Amino acid sequence: MKLQVRRRAGVVSVMSSVVLAALAIVGAIGCKNQDSAAPAGPAGSASGSAPADQTLTVGFVYVGPKDDYGYNQAHHEGALVVAKLPGVKIREEENVPETDAVQKTMESMISLDGSKLLFPTSFGYFDPHILVEAKKFPDVTFFHCGGLYDATKHPANVGSYFGYIDEAQYVSGIVAGMTTKTNKLGFIAAKPIPQVLRNINAFTLGARSVNPKATTAVVFTGDWSMPSKEADATNSLADQGVDVITMHVDSPKIIVEQAEKRGIFVTGYHASQAALAPKGYLTGAEWNWGQVYTQYVTAMKTGKPFDSVAHLLRGGFKEGFIKMSPYGAAVSADAKTKADAAKAALTDGSLVIFKGPLSDNAGKQIIAPGASLVQTDVSLEKMAYLVEGVKGSIP
Amino acid sequence: MNRAATEILLIRAGALAASLVLFGGFVALAGADPLDVFYQMYRGSFGTSFSVQNTLLRAAPLMLTALCTAIPARLGLMMIGGEGALVIGGLAAIAAGLGCASSMPPLVVTTVMAIVGFCIGGGWVALSGAMRAYRGVNETISSLLLNYIAIALLNHFVEGPMRDPTSLNKPSTRAIPAEDMLQSIPGLEVHWGLVFGVVACIVAHVLMMRSVFGFGAAIAGGNLRAGMLCGLPVRRMMIIASFLGGGAAGLAGMAEVAAVHGRANASLVTGYGYTGILVSFMARHEPLAIIPVALLFGGIGASNGLLQRVDNLPDATVSVLQGILFVVILASETLYGRFAFFRPREERVVVRPVADATPEVT
Repeated sequence: MKLQVRRRAGVVSVMSSVVLAALAIVGAIGCKNQDSAAPAGPAGSASGSAPADQTLTVGFVYVGPKDDYGYNQAHHEGALVVAKLPGVKIREEENVPETDAVQKTMESMISLDGSKLLFPTSFGYFDPHILVEAKKFPDVTFFHCGGLYDATKHPANVGSYFGYIDEAQYVSGIVAGMTTKTNKLGFIAAKPIPQVLRNINAFTLGARSVNPKATTAVVFTGDWSMPSKEADATNSLADQGVDVITMHVDSPKIIVEQAEKRGIFVTGYHASQAALAPKGYLTGAEWNWGQVYTQYVTAMKTGKPFDSVAHLLRGGFKEGFIKMSPYGAAVSADAKTKADAAKAALTDGSLVIFKGPLSDNAGKQIIAPGASLVQTDVSLEKMAYLVEGVKGSIP
Repeated sequence: MNRAATEILLIRAGALAASLVLFGGFVALAGADPLDVFYQMYRGSFGTSFSVQNTLLRAAPLMLTALCTAIPARLGLMMIGGEGALVIGGLAAIAAGLGCASSMPPLVVTTVMAIVGFCIGGGWVALSGAMRAYRGVNETISSLLLNYIAIALLNHFVEGPMRDPTSLNKPSTRAIPAEDMLQSIPGLEVHWGLVFGVVACIVAHVLMMRSVFGFGAAIAGGNLRAGMLCGLPVRRMMIIASFLGGGAAGLAGMAEVAAVHGRANASLVTGYGYTGILVSFMARHEPLAIIPVALLFGGIGASNGLLQRVDNLPDATVSVLQGILFVVILASETLYGRFAFFRPREERVVVRPVADATPEVT
């Protein structure tokens, strides 16, 4: 009897799958003709509130949770600033992987929500996903976080932006270098890519500018979100006597919490994690996307966004792309003075982070005496070394 | 339609309806209007032509990764190595694609990529099957651990030997030329991976339900020792079933790199393999039932965005729905045979003297 039921189950499965598949395909083909008409219809009827003439719908796509205390939260905070602008409505979607799922999310925002401006915020969304969608929807504007735009190759309705957050890491490094008692700093990093190496180096150079005895022990976890490895790394650094930790991972939450538990200091990254470590949080390198997004949305309202903003937009303190978390209780007055001075010098351009003479941690000279690489120097984008004072190697 | 079939259909439909009612209660607690949520889910998954394509696109890899659990399950193996097979299959496929892209026509390149992806993905899970067959290593644990090894290998190759030096901040392999990419199905915006999935499910159905191999697998799966006493080559069958299952997942990886990314990088690791396990269980490891279940999951995934954007529900909402569906459908399995109405007429009339004298019913 059991076998027979199974057989029948098979028959039913065949029938139900055939019916479902047929429905799906008929649906897909049947509606194909309405494709061009579809965007206006559902968008209007769904929200009910959008008088389509002036309201600009802006879509934000995040690769992780928007309350991750990290990369995604920084963008979400920017989105909330934009949401307050008059005549702007935002739509957000979180946890969207860098597969064709994000293409469908973008299309859904365009055709079902009526979005005219999209901020797909993960670095990996650009190629191929944004490029595919930008070609498909030439009247929608896409701004991508990562600074990958190349005018010779990429569609005209795409822009890309990124911040020189190593400036903020340099200032964090000064605070860390002034605060440490053991002269041992720790850096928990995801992958040894140029952006991450640049942050490690800037942090170390900042610390050593005020405390030449300070060294930074670096641990690579291998991926952007590895909570258990990040917690392990925090513990092992604390065990080695490190008393200030910073990081470059997607969500610093677990590191900051663990550092607080171990009674050591921490400087944050991406967004403010001050709430997670009231005692040990010194300061942090934060994105200031609200300022950047306001600029973009305002430009978008003119109808020709790229008349007033460049396709490729980058900036540091001076342009308002980044900011520091407010100083925590443990930061000394002396440290604040030195950090503020460095921040002012980075803002007016009188301080250059990567300048000669500079050696890597194997003793090889990287930058000759007298030479200096300003922020816009393209060779910084290919950084593949750890500077003197960093303990560890590129895996 | 006979009564037993009606029973299956009605109990499954009932389980689906009960899940939706529970889910409705949940979203009401979360402060959203359940009716609007259901409307948005319909709109996001099947309501427009765009939504249907979105659903189909998301269902395609799930059909293939679900087979990685479903085929070995007929032999009583509990393989959860779909994620690793997908990753390693995708990596192997791109290596093969890059190797022959410049010298061969696109159709050949695609075929080579598919075969290599299938074989390497299959070989990966067959490792687990072989360890089980010859050394008695628990295949669930070993296939799970192989997932992590596959991801580590992917990271090693894309950040090391196979890295495109121009991929600075997102280490990737070089890309295959656009003309060698797997194209969309004509008339749809869904790539051929969907056809791979449907065909693989049908082939697996024929193999497992209609062939001598499948019959032997069912015997060995029901009772391993009995199967061996019958002279069935149980060990070899375990390895073959694992190979076929892993091959399906490897093919999913090939479709991801050949149709979506054009290159291999960390974006290949997105959990399709793990969702496939859920799909396989909900389909009771029946290859054909995987197709509608995968479509259901694809639809849920496709509607996720609208729930977040329109009803302001968190991303985890659809995970809750998947969880409710999973529990309710598994619980509904206990209902079979409990309703007198579905029993064939003669069985209801016959007074059954003892419990084990089950009458043979046709």
